[in-house]
Amino acid sequence: MSAGAPTRATAFVASREPVRDPSRRFSADDAFALALRIASLAVLAAVLLLVWQTTRGAAPALQTYGPAFLTGTAWDPVAERFGALPYVVGTLVTSAIALLLAVPFGIGAAVFLTEIAPPKIGAVISFMIELLASIPSIVYGLWGVFVLAPFLRTIVEPWLIQHLGFLPLFRGFPFGLGILPAGLVLGIMVVPTVTSVSREILRALPDSLRGAALALGATRAEAIGVTLDAARPGILGAVILALGRALGETMAVTMLIGNSNHLSWSLLGPGATMASVIANEFTEAVGKLHLAALFEVALVLFVVSLVVNAVARLIVLAATGGRRDVAGAA
Amino acid sequence: MNSRIRTALAALALAAVAALPAGAQQLTGAGATFPYPIYSKWFDVYHEKTGVAINYQSIGSGAGIQQVKSGTVDFGASDAALSDAALKDMPRRVVHIPTVGGAVVLAYNLPGFAGRVQLTPELVAGIYLGDITTWNDKRIVAANPGVTMPAAPILAVHRSDGSGTTNIFTLYLSSVSSRWKDVAGAATSVSWPSGVGGKGNDGVAGVVKQTPGAIGYVELAYAKQNQLPMAFVRNKAGKYVEPSAASVTAAMTGVAVPLAKDVRTPIVNSPAADAWPIAGLTFLIVYQDAKDAARGLALARFLDWAIHDGQQYAGALDYAQLPEAIVKVNEGTLKLLTAGGKKLAAANP
Repeated sequence: MSAGAPTRATAFVASREPVRDPSRRFSADDAFALALRIASLAVLAAVLLLVWQTTRGAAPALQTYGPAFLTGTAWDPVAERFGALPYVVGTLVTSAIALLLAVPFGIGAAVFLTEIAPPKIGAVISFMIELLASIPSIVYGLWGVFVLAPFLRTIVEPWLIQHLGFLPLFRGFPFGLGILPAGLVLGIMVVPTVTSVSREILRALPDSLRGAALALGATRAEAIGVTLDAARPGILGAVILALGRALGETMAVTMLIGNSNHLSWSLLGPGATMASVIANEFTEAVGKLHLAALFEVALVLFVVSLVVNAVARLIVLAATGGRRDVAGAA
Repeated sequence: MNSRIRTALAALALAAVAALPAGAQQLTGAGATFPYPIYSKWFDVYHEKTGVAINYQSIGSGAGIQQVKSGTVDFGASDAALSDAALKDMPRRVVHIPTVGGAVVLAYNLPGFAGRVQLTPELVAGIYLGDITTWNDKRIVAANPGVTMPAAPILAVHRSDGSGTTNIFTLYLSSVSSRWKDVAGAATSVSWPSGVGGKGNDGVAGVVKQTPGAIGYVELAYAKQNQLPMAFVRNKAGKYVEPSAASVTAAMTGVAVPLAKDVRTPIVNSPAADAWPIAGLTFLIVYQDAKDAARGLALARFLDWAIHDGQQYAGALDYAQLPEAIVKVNEGTLKLLTAGGKKLAAANP
């Protein structure tokens, strides 16, 4: 960008163009603008450096395994054979379970808070939900191990095995550790993200929308339907934010997922995610290829997150027809 | 590349120490976490006794070896002996000083089961291979005459993070089961055929404590702290042995001859009558020829103290003392230490 070119904002609001004092070459405004530019470039530089370093670290694995790394199912540090498929699948499946849980509850809570709850009760519930968001993930992990896992082991999983055991998804032993428990805890962890963002989106909608719906004879449920429809792109954005957190969550998942790289149809069996295998093995990975393979897993995680975000943007864009005003949250 | 980052980070951490007046009053080390409790005890006592301060960073065996390699520490510490390839990779000749032994035990959770569980090597391998999946499997029942084994499913728990404990356990499994050797082998992390993983000793102990039917391998001290019952395992001599510091010392004595030839020899599956079969040594890794004579001498003196007087502190922390035979081996190794090619003056102060 050349020095004198007006930025987009100043082009729209010409009157805000700073009054230049010709005697001073470098004004405080210039310094401020420069500082902001450096700040934004620093973010970009951090991302680029991250990609560069990760790719460099992964280079030996990239050269050795090529694309087969993505489809390989072996992860054998002794024989130096590495394939990331079980971790990719584990990441996607646990995140999907998390969203299945978090989306209905999260959006439901947001609708309740904005449309139905009396303000006082709404404030209390909002506070509680925001509290959920500030709990460190290791606490979720501990809660999962000491409360959720025993509950699943003694009540939920035996029931699932007995009644739904004909499905490959619910075969196996009820140990309380595995894909399902990890997904459930992830779901609880991302509910606050869905709720608080959706709540803000719903609040931002003009009251005239609700009023118009009611005036046309809509029931309360139908009026809520209208607001939800108007808020759809923003809520989608909230879901994507939640998915982003679920994809990368490490600590709680590592404590609950059972850390096994065997692919299985059963949700009750142990698994692993990309983040959990890195957390587990990075510190003691002595072999050069082992370390490089872990770097490549990080790279894959990065790409998966990137793709998820890109797809989300496309969805939001399609849903809004390019209207930026409502798509703000995404 | 990463090792370089690690090295740089650790070097930063150590720079604070290096900036202090150099000399024989300061030594630095880095490495294994497993012996950290006994090492910090030693450094405390030794500092009080001699005024020599030793700064130790428990950053993991792998990172400790990297530190030795880049010359940023006076000694490294590792739970796994260096392979021939790793030794060749070192810029100069290094020696291994085994300091204490440790037991890896099989802790289990069988609510309502009061008897003791006895396991043969075949059963341990079978459980971790995923062949034996219930506690009342007839092979387990056969090894436990006179007690009723519960009909619970077995959950085999292993370490999900790379660790020296896993190295000892998989060395053991490889030595007793050729199938294990083919399927998984021995290393600080392996491809587990079945079961679930917990992060760290506390992670494995936590899963075992939480899950009825679970069995997991942890260091002796962790099983004791968590009050988990430990399986007796049949050793090479055919005796069911209880894991303890004493039975690890017995295991070392049983392999004293091969250890004298190469101190890196695994001590798993020792032939001694009272040996606990799943045992390992932890090592200090030092350059045979120190660059700085004063530091080299200080280090040699400390090592000499650790393998003699230091041993008395092992038992209370659930580490196994070195038997006389291994102390002799170490004394021989210490005599080889030099500085700038010159023999160090008498190691004993």
